[in-house]
Amino acid sequence: MILVVDMNWTKNSLAFNEFVSPIVSAIKPFDKYDVKHFSEITPADLDACNKVVLSGTALKDHTTLTQIGRFNWVRTFDKSLLGICAGMQTISRAFGTPLTTCLQIGMAEISTLKENPLFKGNFKAYTLHNFSVKSSQTFETLAESTKCIQAIKHKQKDIYGVLFHPEVRNQEIIQRFIKLI
Amino acid sequence: MRLGVLFSGGKDSTLALHLAAEKEDVVCLITVISKNEESYMFHTPNIDLTTLQAQALSLPLVSAITAGRKEEELADLEKAIVDAKSKFQIDGVVTGAVESVYQASRVQRICNRLDVWCFNPLWKYDQKSLLETIVRRRFNVIISGIFAYPLDEKWLGKQIDAQVIDRLVGLQGQYGISPSGEGGEIETTVLDAPMFKQRIEIIDHAVEAKGNSGVYIIKQARLVGK
Repeated sequence: MILVVDMNWTKNSLAFNEFVSPIVSAIKPFDKYDVKHFSEITPADLDACNKVVLSGTALKDHTTLTQIGRFNWVRTFDKSLLGICAGMQTISRAFGTPLTTCLQIGMAEISTLKENPLFKGNFKAYTLHNFSVKSSQTFETLAESTKCIQAIKHKQKDIYGVLFHPEVRNQEIIQRFIKLI
Repeated sequence: MRLGVLFSGGKDSTLALHLAAEKEDVVCLITVISKNEESYMFHTPNIDLTTLQAQALSLPLVSAITAGRKEEELADLEKAIVDAKSKFQIDGVVTGAVESVYQASRVQRICNRLDVWCFNPLWKYDQKSLLETIVRRRFNVIISGIFAYPLDEKWLGKQIDAQVIDRLVGLQGQYGISPSGEGGEIETTVLDAPMFKQRIEIIDHAVEAKGNSGVYIIKQARLVGK
């Protein structure tokens, strides 16, 4: 079962359909799923799932970055985790990796820098972000755009982050993630 | 949150309005009237009807007219949002974008410049489900434009119901047209919906069609009680 975490500023927000539902649609044909708002995640939820996907948020919504303490579980999580946009930013901050300003809106060319099971080569993806992450000792950079880092992986753990939104034009990336062994 | 809905009077922006009003405070509608029939962003038949639709909804309408030259019409949209921000203190904008990254990213950029929220509650909505939702919610929506083979003038003025949805979905399988008109295959006009306090009655209309392209122009309409 895949746990999809709603990262929007509040539960049942107007942004749910835009940032959470498309992730659910990408998972639905392939696996069972559950959806929880980030403020409601319990240890039992994390035990019950096989993998976790953290959603993105509206461009003006930085709520999770102001509540990093709620994501302490990320540091000890030992299953596969994928953070999308705000999800990637939040994972980075949970591990103490700083963010950097990087505004991109619309389709962008993404270049893969390191072989990985989620994507390869150059491809176009939908972007909607104000921040990226700085390179760090904790994460390796998997991909970049002409402006900033677009994908990361924790060096020891199965924790991935993509800044672009795979649920919009690259659903196969989410499907490869949920099929990861 | 106080929101303005980008409103064309068609099914998508009207459904987006309903979804937004269920969660937040919709305080105005924003309409850009494009004089360019080829506009990628704004052109739709019966755009002038938005004045009557806004009255039916009891919502103020902020409208702007654009000549519709490609990026110029975005500047006109930006002015309309600035206008809505100053008149109605909106915190954000709602669009009816479903699949178009072209439209959505342009509105997102404007909202970012103006420091307002941007919401797309129909984003990636399954097309058949979208049509079924408007029928289930008892929207009265007519097809007011057809722009693709094998659609012809017989479709113009038809109300979207379960039978029409089945036929459109059938055409998707056969001809690859988008049943909800995401590729510009059909345009729609909403005559009634749950938030309408009065419904729109068409008094006079004209059909202008040639081959697989045509429009159903509402020449005269009025509000009647529900």
